[in-house]
Amino acid sequence: MRWVVDNVDVLASRTFAHLAIALPAIALSVLLAVPLGWLAERFRWLRSPLLTGSGLLYAIPSLPLFVVLPLVIGTGVRDPLNIVIALTLYGLALMVPSVADALRTLDSRVLDSANALGYGPVRRFFTVDLPLAGPTLLAGVRVVSVSTISLVTVGAVLGVPSLGLLFTDGFQRGIIAEVVAGIVLTVLLALLLDRLLVLVGRVVLPWTHQPSRPAGAAA
Amino acid sequence: MNYFADALAWIVDPAHLHGSNGILARSAEHLWYTLLAVALACLVAIPAGWYVGHTGRGRGFAVGLSGAVRAVPTLGLITLFGILLGIGLTGPMLAFVVLAIPSILAGAYAGVEAIDPAVLDAARASGMTEWQVLRQVEIPLGLPLTVAGVRSAALQVVATATLAAYVGAGGLGRYLFLGLKTQDYAQMLAGSLLVVALALISEAVFSTVQRFTTPAGLRTL
Amino acid sequence: MTNLSRRGVLGLAGLAGLAVLSACSSSDPLATPSASTATSAAMTGATLVVGSQQYYSNEIIAELYAQVLEKAGFTVKRQYQIGQREVYLPELESGKVDVMPEYSGNLLQFYDKKTTAKDPAAIQTALGEKLPSGLRVLTAAAATDQDSYNVTKAFAEEHSLTSLEDLVKLSGKLKVAANSEFATRPYGPLGLKSVYGVDVESVPVEDSGGPLTVKALKDGTVQLADIYTADPAITKEGFVTLADPKNLILPQNVTPLVSAKVDATAAAAIEKVNAQLSMADLLSLNAKSVEQAAKSADVAREWLQMKNLL
Repeated sequence: MRWVVDNVDVLASRTFAHLAIALPAIALSVLLAVPLGWLAERFRWLRSPLLTGSGLLYAIPSLPLFVVLPLVIGTGVRDPLNIVIALTLYGLALMVPSVADALRTLDSRVLDSANALGYGPVRRFFTVDLPLAGPTLLAGVRVVSVSTISLVTVGAVLGVPSLGLLFTDGFQRGIIAEVVAGIVLTVLLALLLDRLLVLVGRVVLPWTHQPSRPAGAAA
Repeated sequence: MNYFADALAWIVDPAHLHGSNGILARSAEHLWYTLLAVALACLVAIPAGWYVGHTGRGRGFAVGLSGAVRAVPTLGLITLFGILLGIGLTGPMLAFVVLAIPSILAGAYAGVEAIDPAVLDAARASGMTEWQVLRQVEIPLGLPLTVAGVRSAALQVVATATLAAYVGAGGLGRYLFLGLKTQDYAQMLAGSLLVVALALISEAVFSTVQRFTTPAGLRTL
Repeated sequence: MTNLSRRGVLGLAGLAGLAVLSACSSSDPLATPSASTATSAAMTGATLVVGSQQYYSNEIIAELYAQVLEKAGFTVKRQYQIGQREVYLPELESGKVDVMPEYSGNLLQFYDKKTTAKDPAAIQTALGEKLPSGLRVLTAAAATDQDSYNVTKAFAEEHSLTSLEDLVKLSGKLKVAANSEFATRPYGPLGLKSVYGVDVESVPVEDSGGPLTVKALKDGTVQLADIYTADPAITKEGFVTLADPKNLILPQNVTPLVSAKVDATAAAAIEKVNAQLSMADLLSLNAKSVEQAAKSADVAREWLQMKNLL
C-alpha cells in the first residue's frame, strides 16, 4: 500500500491517459455504430456482411491489431490514435449487431402510426426509432464501455501510456502493489463509467423508469 | 496489403509447420489452453448460473460480479499471477478461467430465467420435485442460451490466449511476441491469422452444437 | 542567441511560462523546476525531450539526464517508457525525442547487424560512423547493462561452472529463460552454438530478466537465465554469471544518444553524469527502484545530490 500512497501522481496521470484513449474510442464506436446498424437493418443484402464482419473483428487478438494497424494506416506505432482506432473497431464489433437488433425489434405499429402522422423518414428515425431503441442501445454502450476500458491496458506492451503501464513496469520490478493497483483502478474506472452511463440513460430515456409517461416525451 | 501476402507465405512455408515451435504444435497448445480454460470455467459457472436462475437468489450479485469481472484486464491478471506463481501455464490459465466465467455464468442463468413461468408451473403442478424441474425442464430449455454463453467465452479465450506467451507459456502468442520484439511483422501477422482461423473453427463448432441443443431435452454437454 | 527576434523571445517566454504552468499542474512536486531554473531556460531558450525505454533502469538514467539538464537551465519534457528501439529510434531521427539513454553494443548492432567491433572503444568509434545523420552519441559511462547468462550457485557448484565454455560438459539441451527476441539475437542460442558449441533452448518470458525470469531459474524450471548485469537480483539471489571469454556478448555501456538540438552545454551536463556512473552506482540505483519500490525521480535526485551534481 505504501507504493500506492507514494505514487498517487503516477496513478493519476496513468488514469488520465487511460481515459484519453478509452473515451474517444467509446464515443466513436457508438456514433459510427448507429448508421452502420441502421444500414444493416435497412438493407437486407448488407446485413450478413456487416454482422459477420463485426463478429470476425472481435476474434482478432488486440495486441497484433495494435501493431499492424499503424502499418496499414501510416501512423507511428506509439501514436495513441492507433489504439483509439483499434478499440473503435472492437466497439463496433459489439455495437453494430446490438443497434441492428434494437431497430429490428421495434413495434411496427408504433412506426406505422408515426408514418401515418406524416413523419418523414429522417424525422421518424431520430424522434421515434432511435428513442424507442434507446434502452437496448444503452445496454450495448455499457458492454462496449466496460470492454474498451479493459482493453486499453494491452497498448502498454507497445509503450502507449495507460493504466496498463503499471502492469509492465510492476512486472519488471516485481512490485505486486503496482500491478494490483492497475487492476483495481481499471475495474473501478469501468464501473464508474458504467454507473455514469446508467445515470445518463435515466436523464435521456426517462420513460424507462416512469412507464406512465408516453415515449414521445423524450423528443 | 503486402504484409498479408508475407504472412500467408509465412504460414504456408513448410519450414514453419513442424517442430516444437511449429504451427501444428503451437496451434495444438493454443487449442488446448482454450479448451481447458473454458472447461474449468464451465465447471464453476454453469452450476452457479443454474442455481441463480432456478432460485432467483443472488441474481444481483451474479450480474454485478460478471460486470466487474468483465472489466478486469487480462494482462494485469496474467502479470499478477505470473509474479506470484512463476512461469508456466498455471498463471495464465487462472486468468483465462476468470475471463471465461462471466459469459458462461450469464448464459446459464439467462437461459433458465427466460423460461416461461407457465411452463414451470405446469411442471410443478404435474408433481415434479424442484430437482426434477431443474433437471428435466429448466436445464434442457435453457441449454441453447447456456451454449451461447460458452460460445462467446471460447471466442474471447481464443483471442486472449495469445497473452500466455507473455509469461513463458506457449500457444500462438509466441509468434506475436517474437514478431513484435524483432519487427518480424510477417510472423506476427501470421500468428494473428492463425488465431482468427481458430476462432472461426470454434464459432463453426459452437453454432453446430447450438443447433443440436435447440430441440428441448437434447443434452449434448 | 543574439539574433533572436523580439517575437521569438516573446514566444519563448510564453513557452517557458507554459512549462512552468504545466510543471505546477503536474502533481509531482519533485519534478517541478524552481522559478529560477525556469527563467534561465527562457534565456537559453531550449526545450529538450528526454525519452526512456520501457525498462525501469533506463528510466532512472533518463531521469538523471533530465534533472541535470533542468539544472543547466533547459526545459525538459519527459517521454518515458517508450517501447523498443524499433519504436523510439525513428522518433529520435525525426526529432520528436532529443535525449535517450542507450546501450552501446545493442545500439550499434541495430544500425550495423554485421559489426565486428567487440570492445567498448571500437564500439564507440563504430557508432560514430554508423549512426544516421543528425544523431550522435556522447561519452559512454563505465556502467554497463548487458545480457548475461546466469546459473544458480548450486548448479554452478554441482557442475563446476564459471564460464560459458564449461557448459559443453553438460549433456542434454539446457533451457534459458529470456525475452522472446533473445531467440534471434546474435548472442542467443545460435551464437552460443557457433561460438561455444553449446545447445540451448530459449524459454521466452517477457519481463526483461525480471522477477519471473529469476523465479524460473530459482525454481529450476530453466537452468540458465538471461539477466541484465545491472539487475540487483544477480547478487541478491547469489546467481553465478558465466564468464564470456570469447566475447559473444557485446559490451553495453550506458551511452546517451542525442539529437542535433543537444548543444555543448547540454552535452557537458549529461557527460558529467556519465563520468560518475560506475557499475556499482547503476546497481544501487536499480536496487532502490526494485527493492524499495522508489520512484525514478527520487532515486535519481538522491544520487545526483550525493555526487554533487545537483
